[in-house]
Parts: sequence; structure tokens; C-alpha cells
Amino acid sequence: MAVTDAPRIVTSRLEYDDSHTLERYLATGGYEGLRKALAMTPEAVSHDVDAVSLLGRGGAGFPAGRKWSMLRKAPTSYLVVNGDESEPATFKDHLLIERDPHQLVEGVVIACYALQVTTAFIYIRGEFALGLERVTAAVNDAYGHGAVGRDIFGSGFSVDIVVHPGAGAYICGEETALIESLEGKRGFPRIKPPYFPAAIGLYGEPTVVNNVETLSNLPWVMTHGAAAFSALGEGRSTGTRLFALAGHVRRPGVYEVEMVKTTFRDLIYAPVLGGGLPGGRELKAFIPGGASAPWFGPDQVDLPLGQDEVGAAGSMLGSGSVVVMDDSTCVVRAAWRITRFFWRESCGQCTPCREGSGWLEKILRRIEDGTGLESDLDLLMDISDNLAPGVSWPPQQTTICVLGSSIPSSIASAIRMFRDEFLLHVKDGACPFGAGPHG
Amino acid sequence: MTQPHLPPEVMARAREIVALYPHPRSALIPLCHLAQEQDGWLRPEAMAEIAELVGITPAEVLGTATFYDMLHTEEVGRYVVTVCTNIACMLRGAYELLEHAEQTLGIRTGATSADGSFTLEDAECLADCGRAPCLQVNHRFFGDVTHDDFDRLVDDLREGRLDDEVPRHGTLVRVRRDGGLRVDAVSLRTERQAAAAAMADRAAASESKAAAAASESKSSESKGAG
Repeated sequence: MAVTDAPRIVTSRLEYDDSHTLERYLATGGYEGLRKALAMTPEAVSHDVDAVSLLGRGGAGFPAGRKWSMLRKAPTSYLVVNGDESEPATFKDHLLIERDPHQLVEGVVIACYALQVTTAFIYIRGEFALGLERVTAAVNDAYGHGAVGRDIFGSGFSVDIVVHPGAGAYICGEETALIESLEGKRGFPRIKPPYFPAAIGLYGEPTVVNNVETLSNLPWVMTHGAAAFSALGEGRSTGTRLFALAGHVRRPGVYEVEMVKTTFRDLIYAPVLGGGLPGGRELKAFIPGGASAPWFGPDQVDLPLGQDEVGAAGSMLGSGSVVVMDDSTCVVRAAWRITRFFWRESCGQCTPCREGSGWLEKILRRIEDGTGLESDLDLLMDISDNLAPGVSWPPQQTTICVLGSSIPSSIASAIRMFRDEFLLHVKDGACPFGAGPHG
Repeated sequence: MTQPHLPPEVMARAREIVALYPHPRSALIPLCHLAQEQDGWLRPEAMAEIAELVGITPAEVLGTATFYDMLHTEEVGRYVVTVCTNIACMLRGAYELLEHAEQTLGIRTGATSADGSFTLEDAECLADCGRAPCLQVNHRFFGDVTHDDFDRLVDDLREGRLDDEVPRHGTLVRVRRDGGLRVDAVSLRTERQAAAAAMADRAAASESKAAAAASESKSSESKGAG
């Protein structure tokens, strides 16, 4: 199970302890991509980004170039950076924010230049105190270096960057909720249409919202060229991607691997990546793309890490998080915990999500506690059907945003894959795994 | 009139923050963090002054603040300990750690110790799953936390040995923005137009250069067409 020798695009500096400093950044080719971009026309930069098929690294996987091309022409428009990483078990942007903040800043300025946007907001999850300090320091240093501010590197192009802290709300990772939050309001998602950010975004102006990892790729694309980027990966899934590997593996962590050419098996078992499951345990199931993604079983471990490939198999690469569960895992408890998360983080605007999440959490809890009924399985699916009619993939939506329709994924997966385990909880009146405490 | 609650230096910083945004209300969350840095939590007096700074009512500040987990509208301890119990940490013993934390601190999850030093919370994913189970103290990360580690951590905090790494609750970002503040709107527009003109000139120059090269190698007819 060879892991390809693709270059590291966004994690190339992480071997240095001072990877977050301007000195190290400049010594390792920093801001060269921006200089190159500024020597091109904005249209040429946009064209390059469109040509490389840079799929958004936030979760939806929408091509960055197409997103940019949809920006409504207006006297004022904005770039907003989504650094509110909160999808369960996703911790890749956290790494980029703390360890290579200049790479992000450079990516932001390149994007601003391509879009001819002169104000950018970097919205960073409030819990990332160190990340906020590092990015603020990087922006300060970049101003001093002439890479941000007026007349960047003498090009005549000017841009101002504001670092904005969040305050702890998962839903603010949804782009319209993030915009509401940035406007100083509760993080309530806006309904689309009409509130597509590219048309009506921040302060009602056209806005591009890009993920941290997406933008962090831009300096490399500029310095190495579109062709070098497109040569990596396959089909629409070009380049490398960060995968946050967590749960029952020997070496949990963030790994940058070539898309499509690498499989889930490589990621979980390769000695230089996950290193396999500890304690001689067997793989029971894994979650391929964040808490919203349907689960996969051991028979799907050879699927390639490609957006379309995983989509065709009935799930998604999503946020780039992979959670491994070994054979000691109680799937009822796992589904319960994920559902509890959605219940706590539902913004409360839409009834199916606000009420449904709570009902689902309580029913899963009683099954786990041994007081569930056999009919609870149908009840779970019935409530799920109210959230995402048909409980199919990709899900249908009955709510303003996709949080609601994401809730049934883990429940439906767990029931479909491990129905007997649910029934055993009901029959024995207890969790067969003797699950420990829970909140 | 009563004395203002936020001291002058905090008010000055607050006005700087408001100036960063095209619309003052955008400064609401950063100002709430600033008030928490001052008081450890969001006092009603502070919310009233924030409301005035951004031009909304105190009720709107409260209504917004209560949406966010990090903004506390009730008093919390000097150290807010948030133990992640989401899926990745749960698979690695987070609930056992939370139970242990309750025993060590002598409080239930959600409560504050009688001496006001610790508040214990059960958090959603904190995005440090490579070091699960993880927790934060005042939003500073601690990973791969064993039960013994937790007890040592509490001792260190109590004895003030981590004062540099873990400021008291409410202090989020100790680095202040010192670059450029804000490119003012008027000169920005002028510079933007100048930049666009310069880019157009450059594009025209490279086009005419290409045209000249083409006319040299071919006939002069093509130039006339352009």
C-alpha cells in the first residue's frame, strides 16, 4: 500500500518550530506566489484557479474557481475566510491557522487580487485562542512587510485584512450563518435563494466565502503553476488534501495526501499515516467525512480519497475528517453522541431540526441505557424522515440549512449496518459493551 | 450619572475595534470578548455600554451573546475547564475523564466551585482530535490528558504555575492588531482606481508589444485592423 510521493502543498513548513513566523515564511519561499500573482492580471489568476479544479476544502467541495466566477459585479464586495472549523473530528484548519498563518494570509491576498476585493475578514473559531494570536501577529507582520495594506509590493493593489474571532457556535461554519455572526448577530443561517453570498452576502454585498485550506493552496498554485497542481490527483479531485484522522488508530493526526491516488486503507493502516488499529482490534466502521457523513464499513476501506468516488459510494469526503471505530465500539453510543452534538448545536430556527434532534437524542439515549423498545428503531427512522425525506443520500432538506438534513446520517448508518446490535440493547435491557458514563 | 463601567483604556480599544468594520454592529462579538477580558464574564453594565458603542439595545446584545457558548452572561470561575466529549474524544475515554474531573474539582459539569476558581463544562468538538481526549482551560489546549495529568494540571493552575500559558478567563487574544488599522474608504477607492488603470495600461502595453512583434514577422495589415 504505497503512499504516493506527492509534494506537500500546504504542510511543507510544519517541520519547523517557528513555521508561524515571517522570518521562516520568507526563508521558505513565502510571498513569492503573491508577487507572481500581482505580475499577472486578476483574470489570469482567476483563470488559473478555475483551471486547477481546486475543490473547496470546507465540506461542500464546491470548485473555488466557479465560486469566484459567480461573484456579482458591484462597487463593494468582500472576501470572508471561513476558519470556524467545528465539524466533529475535523482539525486540519486548526493546524494551518496555528502553524502556517502567513500561508493563509498570502492566499487571502492572492484571492482578493483575483477578485479585486479590497477588504477581507478572516473569521476564526473563538476557541482557537493561539490561532487567533498567531494570525493576528501574521497580519501585523504582513502589513509591515508590505504584503497587506496599501500598494502591496508596489503593485498599486491595496487590501485590508481584519481578523475576527467567533464565540463558540458550530452553525457559524455554515457560510450564511457565519456572515450573520460577522454582522454581530446570532448565527442563524439565511435561506437560499435569495441569500447566496455571491449575490447577497456580508452587509448585503456580494461576498466570497472560502475555507482556510482552500486559500492556503493558492501560494503553491501560483509559484508552481496550475499544471503542477492539476497533475496531482485524478478527475475533478486534483491536488492534495488534508485528512484529519481520529478515533481508534495508532497515530491520529492530520495528514496531507494526494487525492484519489490514496485510499482509506492507506490513511488508516499505512505505517507513516494512521499506523493501523491499536491492540490488535478489528475495524468495525468509519466515518469518512465528518459527523454529517454516512458511515462506511470494512468492505469500503479500499475506496480512493476522491470527492466523486466517495460520493458515488453513498457518502462524502466532506470536511476531511475520518473517524475510525474498532470492534469494541458501541454503535448506539456513537450515534447517540453525534446526535447529541447536533441537538446542542441546532440554531433553533427550523422546527424539524430543533425538535427532531432532541427527540432523536432522547430515543437513542434510552436504547443505550437499556430502556428502549423495538419500535424505537422505526420511530428513529420516522423522525429522520421528517428531517430528510426518504433518508437517502444526498439528503433531501426540510430546513433552512443542511444541519438538519445531516442529522439522520449517523443514525441511519448505524441502524442499517448494525440493526442486531440495536435489538440486542433492547432485548438485554443493557448495553452489551457495558458502556461507561455519559453526560 | 453613574460611573462608566468599562475603564477609559478599554473604551479606547473598543472604539478602535469598532472602526475596523464597515458597520459598527460587526464589532459586537469582539467587544463581548473585550468585556470578558475585563470582568471574566459579561456583566449587564458592560453589555449596556457595548450596546451604546455599536448602536443597538442592551437586549439585542444579550440576545446575541446568549447564542454563543464562549460568552458567559453569568459569573464563571477564574478557570473555565472545557472537556471535549464529542465522538473522537469519547472513543478515547472523554466521559471517563469528565467524571474524573468532577471528582477532582468536587463539582458537577456546568457548575462553578465554591471558591470561584473553577467552572467545569462538557464541550463539543474542540478540533484537537489528534490528541484525544483533549480539554481547554480558558481556551488554551491540553491534549492526551490522562486522569493523573488532569490532577497535575489542576494543581499547577491552583499554584499559579501556568499563569503565563493560561491567562484568567476572558482573555482571548493577547496580540493586538498594530498594522495599518484600516485603509480609509476614500483613499482606498482612489488607489483601487489607480491600480485598475495601471493594470489596464500594463495589459495594453503587452498587447501592443505582441502586436508589434506580429507585424514584424508578418505584414503590416494586421496592425491596421487592431
